[in-house]
Amino acid sequence: MQFSENWLRSYVKTSLDSDALNHVMIMAGLDVDDSHPLGATFSHVVVGEIVSIKKHPDADRLQVCDVNIGDKTLQIVCGASNARQGIKVACALVGAKLPSMDIKEAKVRGVESFGMLCSFKELGLAEEAEGILELNHGLKNGTDLRVALDLNDQITTLKLTPNRSDCLSVWGVAREVAAISTSSLSPIAYEVNPIKQSEKKNVVVQEKTACPRYCGRIIKNVDNTKTLPDWMVSRLERSNIKSISPIVDITNYVLLEIGQPLHAFDHDKLQGDVVVRFAKADEPIHLLNDTKIKLSKKDLVIADSSGVIAFAGVMGGMPSSVTETSQTIFLESAFFDPIVIAGKARAYNLSTDSSYRFERGVDFANTRLALERASSLMIEYCGGEAGEITEVLNVLPTRNEIHLRLKKLNAILGIEVPSQDVERIFHQLGFEVNKTIEGFKVTPPSYRFDIAIEEDLIEEVVRLYGYDKIPSHHPVSHQAMLPTSEACQQDLKEALTSRGFYEAVTYSFIEHDIEKSLHGNSNPIQLQNPIASQMSTMRSSLWGSHLEVLTYNLNRQLSRLNIFEIAQTFQGTKKDFIETEVISGLSYGSFMPEQWADKVRDIDFYDIKAHVEALTSKHLIFQKTDKTPLALHPGQTAEIFLDGQSIGWAGKLHPKWQQHFSLPKAPFIFELKIEKLLEDKAFKYEDISKFLPVRRDIAIVVDESVEVNSILDAVYKAKIPFLNRIALFDLYQGKGIAENKKSVAFLILMQDTSKTLVDSEADSSVSKIVELLEKQFGATLRN
Amino acid sequence: MNNLEHTLKEAREDFDQCESVTDLDQAKAKYLGKSGVLTEALKSLGKLSAEERPKVGAEINVVKQGVEEALEKRRDAILNASQAKQLAEESLDVTLPSRKEDRGSLHPVTQTLHRIESLFHSIGFSVAHGPQIESDFYNFTALNIPESHPARAMHDTFYIDESYVLRTHTSPVQIRHLEKNKPPLKIISPGRVYRVDSDATHSPMFHQVEGLWVDQQVSFADLKGVIEDFLQNFFENKDLKVRFRPSYFPFTEPSAEMDMSWKGGWLEIGGCGMVHPEVFKHVGIDSNQYQGFAFGLGVERLTMLRFGVNDLRHFFNNDLRFLQQFI
Repeated sequence: MQFSENWLRSYVKTSLDSDALNHVMIMAGLDVDDSHPLGATFSHVVVGEIVSIKKHPDADRLQVCDVNIGDKTLQIVCGASNARQGIKVACALVGAKLPSMDIKEAKVRGVESFGMLCSFKELGLAEEAEGILELNHGLKNGTDLRVALDLNDQITTLKLTPNRSDCLSVWGVAREVAAISTSSLSPIAYEVNPIKQSEKKNVVVQEKTACPRYCGRIIKNVDNTKTLPDWMVSRLERSNIKSISPIVDITNYVLLEIGQPLHAFDHDKLQGDVVVRFAKADEPIHLLNDTKIKLSKKDLVIADSSGVIAFAGVMGGMPSSVTETSQTIFLESAFFDPIVIAGKARAYNLSTDSSYRFERGVDFANTRLALERASSLMIEYCGGEAGEITEVLNVLPTRNEIHLRLKKLNAILGIEVPSQDVERIFHQLGFEVNKTIEGFKVTPPSYRFDIAIEEDLIEEVVRLYGYDKIPSHHPVSHQAMLPTSEACQQDLKEALTSRGFYEAVTYSFIEHDIEKSLHGNSNPIQLQNPIASQMSTMRSSLWGSHLEVLTYNLNRQLSRLNIFEIAQTFQGTKKDFIETEVISGLSYGSFMPEQWADKVRDIDFYDIKAHVEALTSKHLIFQKTDKTPLALHPGQTAEIFLDGQSIGWAGKLHPKWQQHFSLPKAPFIFELKIEKLLEDKAFKYEDISKFLPVRRDIAIVVDESVEVNSILDAVYKAKIPFLNRIALFDLYQGKGIAENKKSVAFLILMQDTSKTLVDSEADSSVSKIVELLEKQFGATLRN
Repeated sequence: MNNLEHTLKEAREDFDQCESVTDLDQAKAKYLGKSGVLTEALKSLGKLSAEERPKVGAEINVVKQGVEEALEKRRDAILNASQAKQLAEESLDVTLPSRKEDRGSLHPVTQTLHRIESLFHSIGFSVAHGPQIESDFYNFTALNIPESHPARAMHDTFYIDESYVLRTHTSPVQIRHLEKNKPPLKIISPGRVYRVDSDATHSPMFHQVEGLWVDQQVSFADLKGVIEDFLQNFFENKDLKVRFRPSYFPFTEPSAEMDMSWKGGWLEIGGCGMVHPEVFKHVGIDSNQYQGFAFGLGVERLTMLRFGVNDLRHFFNNDLRFLQQFI
């Protein structure tokens, strides 16, 4: 809420300056979002009057004015075409400081000039201006212009929390400031308007709980073309309220002043009784903002015999609105139950000053007062005669007595607040207080919708007592050790950072098409209200996001990238959403950073495989499958298994996607579910043999299509005596090897745990292996 | 005699001319080999008379010793020279860059999360997690934010459907944890949260850490103590001031906004308060027996302050030049 500080100060007498005032508001929970001096700063500008004017002897466009500034008359040369005898002007004196210039004594084409007549623009009060500023005739010559125009003001904007609806008016804020700074508060000036005409509207409130109080009156013979007084115009302006017409402006003024939303209907456009009821299904209304909506049965409305005339608590209707020619108005001031109004405006994408206040709670004690206040202002400035008020009063909300126990107060706060301070605070706040043995029985006033339980009272006490009076205390605690896990996310991350990977953090949402065709999710989770179309869908893989990161970096002239991320991926449908935590990585460009010592080569599948294997000491199995993810190259992809369970994929990006993202080279990517990787497994130590192993090497020729892993698996499975380890150490295709064949060389380590192995035993084991390879893989021993 | 002395001189000259160990071995043969001059001389001792034999023998041995010494001396000289040559040849420019892979780095947000976790771990907080697609009930209702409550407008929520949202804060983890665990308990819950907002100071996805401590006597003064302790340790500044001012969250009462001193002013760092009795009611805890505090910290904000990052968007662009600074 934005308002003029001077307006606030007109109700509350305080010696606090602007900064101090803002500070006490902040420390009492009224967050000051902004506070700045009004308009530009200028000095030594006074109200002047052009008493005589003549043409400049040497310049056609200039005039020489005699300007009275109260105690004397100055000669000032002026070029404005609207300068003429008799008008009141803003006169900058010699020595004045304006936003863009300092005023000095000058000779203008030979004529002496002792000041300057200013426009709004020169004073920094407007971006553009035509001619010099013409002031109100009532102003006294010589008056400081800042005082004359009430420019020594501060514009304050409060960011109020939703519980403090009592501060959604300038007077409400004044009441709060008075309470927190123990200052005196002036009441709202209002009078009961004498009844000058007999016409009275019949009001039927069908929804008694939704509308516990409804007041309205007819005012006849108003003139909606009058000009409102400067003070009201400037207060509205400084609250950033656009002027519409005097009648509407007055309703807005009272809304800002007291916090009661009001609505003025053009009485001549109403038919029959005014009825407060719920809308019928799809009942139409043409709103004041010129939109037409269809209401639902949950929406409260004001209606007459022709249909809906206002969306209650939200916005009036266009057809019954007041216009320049309106003469008789029906002025409404009502209290609607917050629960009935809550969320209604938002449901139609509306937010009005009225709905904002009603859904948070409007003081139901002020309904009639606000109506009288607005009537007085209308009659004073627009003329007219007031009729009798129609009031329909049902059961108003009650404010229950709440018991505050001092023991509870002190336990929650961790300090002892003196009992007399507690009592004083409630008095300051206007709460009704009665002493009890344990503490106080407290009843909040009608304007506080946020006080229902003991804890709410505790907050009120500490809010005024001062949050900073509570000491910081190191808590005493039940200490029990925390379980600790052997493996954690941190280990996975460190495994990759130590291999040159950078951790990325990318958004959990992705473009719908990427989710479908890259991640292969035919049933993506869509956001109803995405921030942008390329962020409309919850991702089931991080690959799409990481390819975006790659593109982003390639566009910035980088040619090598190793990134990874641990994040949730999302799948499933309504009520059965599955979130899976994965570690995902992307590697692109050269195997090593470009350097002088070794030839630089591009990464390949076996590099990404090494990165994946570095994540865990557990035995990962890489297998080719025929269900390669859409993102990957079917010939260079492995499905990764741990303890027989598929946990993810690693491979080369499919050429189709390389082309789609316009990538000069193919990135290699992987993604693994981390849950199984982090499972703790009891580890058992194996005794180290005292006897040295015997090594034998063999080279065999097999069909190109034989997977090396299947050879190794077969050998291990055969439980060859003394075999400790068999590993590939060479792979060769080309000269000397038949086409479609490959030569693979293995080193074989053999060992006995109880004695040194003799050659014959080793040879026998090797023979068994060769025999097995010949039989199972059609291998031939190579010489 | 003269002959022998001449031999020693001759041998020294021969050895000095040798440039390698091989040459030296050949030169050695001439004097000490099977048919070397000195070997022959010793062999011929037998031809001498018994009186002459010891004298001449001794003379020969003196010369032989001299030859052997000269030989060793020259051998050492040759070896030293060749080693010196090898060392000179093998000398490197050790300032050349190493054959290195990048060091890699953890994302600055992760670094902050680790720091937060370890500081809270040191006073006995454990870590709890919850889902990011959250039901309306856990994200709002159980936290005392019923439907249509104006406080819902404080959260610009991403909706999946009418009953599921992307969690707008990490507070639902409080509820999930309290449902399954009995007090006393202390947890923090770090993670990603989502709001419909995007500019230099707002991101549609960001990180929060929720904290919760429930016990019989945990008070607002304790809350202030823990937060102050945390911020002073996080920023390694014992003079850092922390300010609490009244605020409103439906799930805490009293509620406070936490500010910390920064460059002569105050900076908002998160929200906190004493757990609202409605929240305890939702999870079946008697609020006359237990009380506690909860707080929420903005992780990106803490990270920006600690490292001096000025634009929130850097965290999610993943520009390598940005990430590389956090090694």
